[in-house]
Parts: sequence; structure tokens; C-alpha cells
Amino acid sequence: MKKIISAKEAINMIKDGSSVMVGGFISCGAPDVLVDELVEQNVKELTLICNDTSVPGKDKGRLIENKQVKKLFAAHIGLNPETGRQMQAGELDVELIPMGSLIERIRAKGAGLGGILTPTGVGTIVEDNNETMVINGKKFIFEEPIDADFALIYGTKVDKFGNVAFEGTTRNLNTIMATAADTVIIQADEIVDCLDPNEVIIPGLFIDYIVEGNK
Amino acid sequence: MTMVCEQLTKEKIKEIIAKRAAKEFKDGDVVTLGIGFPTAVANYIPENVDILLQSENGLLGVGKDAEIPNDKIINAGGGHVELVKGACFYDSQMAFTMMRGGHIDATVLGALQVDEDGSLANWMIPGKMIPGMGGAMDLVVGAKKVIVVMEHMAKDQIKIVDKCSLPLTAYKEVDLIITERCVFKVGVHGLILTEINPMFSVEDIKSTVTAKFTVSDNLKYMEI
Repeated sequence: MKKIISAKEAINMIKDGSSVMVGGFISCGAPDVLVDELVEQNVKELTLICNDTSVPGKDKGRLIENKQVKKLFAAHIGLNPETGRQMQAGELDVELIPMGSLIERIRAKGAGLGGILTPTGVGTIVEDNNETMVINGKKFIFEEPIDADFALIYGTKVDKFGNVAFEGTTRNLNTIMATAADTVIIQADEIVDCLDPNEVIIPGLFIDYIVEGNK
Repeated sequence: MTMVCEQLTKEKIKEIIAKRAAKEFKDGDVVTLGIGFPTAVANYIPENVDILLQSENGLLGVGKDAEIPNDKIINAGGGHVELVKGACFYDSQMAFTMMRGGHIDATVLGALQVDEDGSLANWMIPGKMIPGMGGAMDLVVGAKKVIVVMEHMAKDQIKIVDKCSLPLTAYKEVDLIITERCVFKVGVHGLILTEINPMFSVEDIKSTVTAKFTVSDNLKYMEI
């Protein structure tokens, strides 16, 4: 059985300077209750790893607006002008990563791999700071795994064993981030006794804490 | 020529390009459309061609814009969409396995610049606009056919150039360039002008690109 805790208790574990992965594609499948609490507790100097910084006033975007992030790893920041502003002003250190590479680097950590070799970004500025390797005549970029102290993720239905089921397009990065952080906290729309094993998308072993979110 | 250009409204330009791009698909193709302008291509798919639209956020089988929004079903632009019959959901890892792994038949993307080698720049303007590349770099590297759709020029700025000056999205990956004025194939030895809008001459095209190109022996008129 997993520990079911409040959002407040969950976020209390996250100290200033922590690295945090946050799931969601824009606001879809983003753990908004957990992020709102992170804003409420004003945890600072965070390293944030996410697909995007959402839109102004919503989930991940609020962490940027509240200036809680020191370093950001993301694939897309275009829907939140404040992220771009802070980046241009030198207030926020941003590393933009092709989405597929971001995902595979997180997956590499979760899967115990030493990194990835990807053709994505060959011949672009993405190649500049990375080693490359030619395999069977094709050039690949080597990229290191990405880990984090915490992953804040979302699930539609989570059972007491931590098994997770999803609806719609809410899976996105949640499934991958669940494997790659030291402590994984999931916000569930609904906590159920036991899911049908056929429904389970994230096996419960990856989940440490469950927080009830909005229905 | 300037006068001719002004006769084409933004709406008309979009229609000419989207209609032409939609002819590139074969029945059964899986296609990923870029955000914004390329999305319009979906409105012009010929009736006898069935394609499945893939969205990088985890949806194969994107339907039309949803009348009743469901926050749990969005497309890559964040819009609420319906599903077509046979649709399925998956996570980002599966999405990029499809995209990077060569399982997408064609992609249609916008561009800031394309060059005569088929290199594409569409993700940042240094010092001005840095939205991030999102999934574009993976998609362009992995899709079997890469189709660029864009207005022929940005005001009076040339976009089809000898060498992209903006940071690249991908090096030598573009197969076809469609504008409201012409269609270029990217060949082994530079661009080939294959179609032209009858409102323009080959000379007009020459004066509005800096990319070297040859004219196809079989040059056709675009449908406008």
C-alpha cells in the first residue's frame, strides 16, 4: 500500500534548490494541485524539468511567474511569454531540448542507461555542445540522462498500490518521469481501491506518494 | 509584380498552399501537421484519401475541433479535438518512437527559411523569438516525407535562400517546398521548380529567392 498524503505534506518534502520534474503537455495531464502548492509554499531556486512552461497563470507557468526557478530544461516555452522574457533578461537559465531527446534522456535515467544516441539535432546548434558518434555511416548526438530529486506527475485513476490509469492525452511525460526521480508524487483525479490490471499504464512500484487532486 | 501579390489575400494564400499540400498524401498515410498554418491542410484532404493525423502529445486519429471541449483530449497546439474512428492514446515516448523512428509517412511544417540543400529553420530568431523547438527537430529527422508550407516571402524578406542564416531545425531533411507562388522539389543538386502559380513567371520566382534552382522540363501550373 502506498502513502496517501495531502498536497501540503507532499510539497513540504521539497526544499529550496531541489530538482523537480513536472508532467503535462501544456495543461493537459499537468499536476496542477501539486504545482499550486509548490507556488503556495514558495520553494525557491528550483531546477525545473518539463515539456513546456504552460500558459500564463497555469500550473508550470506559475512557477516561472513566481520566480521560483533557477534553471529550466524544456522543449517549448513559446506559449508563456514570461519564460522568454526572463530568459532574454538573463534572469532564468534555460536549456531548450528537442522534445524527443528530453523524453529519452529522462527515460535513460529511469531505465538505467548511460545516455542516448539520437539523430535529432545533427547539423544544428544542438550538436554544438555534445559529442557525436558515427554508427553504420550515420551521425548521432550523444546526450546524457536527466534525473531529478522529485517528479510531480498526474494520473486519472490511481489505486492504493500506486497503479495508474489515464484518460485521453493526459499520459504524455507522466509515464516517463515516474521512472526517473528519487521521489515520485502523483496527483490523482480519483483514488480507487484496486485497478483492473489490464488498465494499468504505470506500474505501482514507481509511485511513492499519492495526493488526491480535483475530480 | 507587387501589384499581383497584393491581389492574393492572406485567406487565399492559405487556401492555395493548403490545397496543394493536401494532394501529397496517399490513402492510408499517417501524417503529422505542424501547429498553426499547416493545420489548415486537414481541410483539403481529397475525399478518396483516408489519412490518420498524429499529434505529438499522444494521439493518433485527430478529428475536427471539438464542439464540447474535454480538457483531457487536446492536440499539439493545445486545442480541443474530436477523435476519428480507430483513434488511440499513448505517452510521449511512444509518440516520439513514431516520429523519430520513421513511422510517420509525411509531415507538413511552416518555416522561417528553407535553403537550396533542403535545410530548414523554423524554431528561433536569435534575440527576438525563442519559443523552443518542441518536437519539430525529431519530426523532421524522422518523417519519411517533409513538406514545408509557407508564404513565399515574409513582407519583402526572402525565405527560400541559398543558405539559412537562422539557426537550423534540421540539416538537409526537406523534400518539398510549397508556397502560394510555386512548388519546389529538393533534388540532389539543389531545388527544382516543378509547379508555378499562373499569376507569376519563372522570372518572378527567380527574383524572389536566392536559392539556386533549375526549372523542371515538366513545369506545371498550380491550381489556384
